[in-house]
Amino acid sequence: MAVVFQKPKSLTDDILTYCPGCTHGIIHRLVAEAIDDLGVQDKTIGVAPVGCAVFAYNFFAVDMMQAAHGRAPAVATGIKRVHPDNVVFTYQGDGDLASIGMAEIMHAAGRGEKITTIFVNNAIYGMTGGQMAPTTLIGQVTTTSPYGRKEELCGKPIRMSELLAQMDGSTYVARVSVHDPKHVLDAKKAIRKAFETQLSGAGFSMVELLSTCPTNWGMTPSESLKWVASDMIPYYPLGVYKDSAKGAA
Amino acid sequence: MAKLLMKGNEAIAEAAIRAGCRYFFGYPITPQNHIPEYMSKRMPQVGGTFLQAESEVSAINMVYGASGAGARVMTSSSGPGISLKQEGISYLVGAQLPCVIVNIMRGGPGLGSIQPSQGDYYQATRGGGHGDYRIPVFAPSSVGEAVTLTQKAFDIADKYRSPVIVLGDGMIGQMMEPVDLPDSTEINSVDKPWAAVGWDGARPRAIINSLYIDPSVLEQHNIMLQEKFAQIESAEIDYGAELVDDADLVIVAYGTVARIARSAIRMARAEGIKAGMIRPVTLWPFPSDPIAKAAETTKAFLTVEMSAGQMIDDVRLAVAGRKPVLFYGRTGGMVPAVRDVLHQIRIAAGAVDPRNPIEEAI
Ligand SMILES: Cc1ncc(C[n+]2csc(CCOP(=O)(O)OP(=O)(O)O)c2C)c(N)n1
Ligand code: SF4
Repeated sequence: MAVVFQKPKSLTDDILTYCPGCTHGIIHRLVAEAIDDLGVQDKTIGVAPVGCAVFAYNFFAVDMMQAAHGRAPAVATGIKRVHPDNVVFTYQGDGDLASIGMAEIMHAAGRGEKITTIFVNNAIYGMTGGQMAPTTLIGQVTTTSPYGRKEELCGKPIRMSELLAQMDGSTYVARVSVHDPKHVLDAKKAIRKAFETQLSGAGFSMVELLSTCPTNWGMTPSESLKWVASDMIPYYPLGVYKDSAKGAA
Repeated sequence: MAKLLMKGNEAIAEAAIRAGCRYFFGYPITPQNHIPEYMSKRMPQVGGTFLQAESEVSAINMVYGASGAGARVMTSSSGPGISLKQEGISYLVGAQLPCVIVNIMRGGPGLGSIQPSQGDYYQATRGGGHGDYRIPVFAPSSVGEAVTLTQKAFDIADKYRSPVIVLGDGMIGQMMEPVDLPDSTEINSVDKPWAAVGWDGARPRAIINSLYIDPSVLEQHNIMLQEKFAQIESAEIDYGAELVDDADLVIVAYGTVARIARSAIRMARAEGIKAGMIRPVTLWPFPSDPIAKAAETTKAFLTVEMSAGQMIDDVRLAVAGRKPVLFYGRTGGMVPAVRDVLHQIRIAAGAVDPRNPIEEAI
């Protein structure tokens, strides 16, 4: 009998703590598969954020550090400067990366820090119970935007891939989604590409993944997947925003 | 070992390099800029890394990453920058990561002044960030001592897997004195099996972390940390005692102020006032025992600080009400003059009326 489903080596046996239908789990799997495919499990060091993925240090079967809220790129910088031949990645939510950690991510990219950032954009603060994030869409109801996010009060959601692609130090920046199997395959390729970019010794790489939060969006898992396609992708267009190997997109 | 004439800040930086520190992350702030400037010049010469971070917040988190990756690493700052580092320091303690943090204190609160101060005593000795913790605090009172204490700070940090603070004031940082610089120690001489370096499968996975979501597990973690703090308290206290045995008045002062007090004590002795000094070198753990012992023989204590009175709390705790504890302090970046301290000694000794202006007293 052929093996059709096998847990990646770079994932531990721990049971994921994510809610049912949350796509953090798929993203973990894709990251672990990329590490396995590239044969770098023994030299990868990951940095977990503050957010629902805080327990990522239990899930990735590599050496891990847990960082303060938003500071994962600075922690990864410290690691990479000590171990330049290792593969160093951060795994961050949108509150972590685009709000409190804006300075750290911009400057890590600006320095061309040779790290890979896995950026999980679910347009909300998951862990703290569904507050507004800088990525929350206009009109989206959250526990701190109960009347829907208003542009005149909060401005428009921040598009991080577009922003980071502007930095000269970024070498690979892509936005992907995991709401259906076709997009999951694209996401897998992008993550692999980002790690390859790091291994080649080029600069900063990031993959932004549009992700679901059924619990705090107040939707079923399948409604959530549909909402990614219908509401998120139009504002957050998918694509490769920077690929220095090819020249800017 | 050759004697060199060096500024305190630069001597601290060179001492760190010779202690095997090869990573420095910092952000400019007066009066400690000579440290990052010196590091930016020296680190490339010794194969190390100097990185100017985008903020003190980032700098301390880079320290966290480098320390977790097994390196000897340092950062330095002053008042406002040290405040920004506090979240990171709390994480470093929780995750048990060694590093050295230099605070060249300036006047506060707020942006304050850029002149010398000791106003960060509470912040340094009470942990400073959130949670129950203490970290060793070394307070040099000369450039030479800044060198030995900086080097010792790295060893203590590694020994206890804890951040260590070198707490200087602007005066220590800026002044020039001849120093003996020891030869370099062998780098990476300390075994760090817990560090994240890439997992080969042969050892348990390295997880550098301060999150223990189960309160009963966190309590166990905290009990372990408290035991470590108790160990540090029993083994690492350092202080100087000068002319204490026969003293009627014991001055307690640290850092620059201790030098000023030393001169004042000499003058007081010449006038027949039996003054002495206990000079804490470690501010935490605090030398409570020698102060308690002195309380049995002396008539009073005088705490002198460049603050509105912070260390005096620790002195009072040690004296435990057995003798009066007087205070003299200047704030905002003002440095007490020798004659001011002498005047306070005379008042304490009952030699002058406290209402007399200093001019008349001297
Ligand atoms: C300094 C600090 N501020 C606030 C928090 C509380 N906090 C924990 S997780 C979080 C938001 C996480 O949201 P996001 O990064 O979008 O990740 P998600 O949980 O959605 O995956 C916040 C604000 C914290 N832990 N530390
Ligand atoms: S709260 Fe949202 S982001 Fe967090 S695990 Fe649940 S569904 Fe996922």
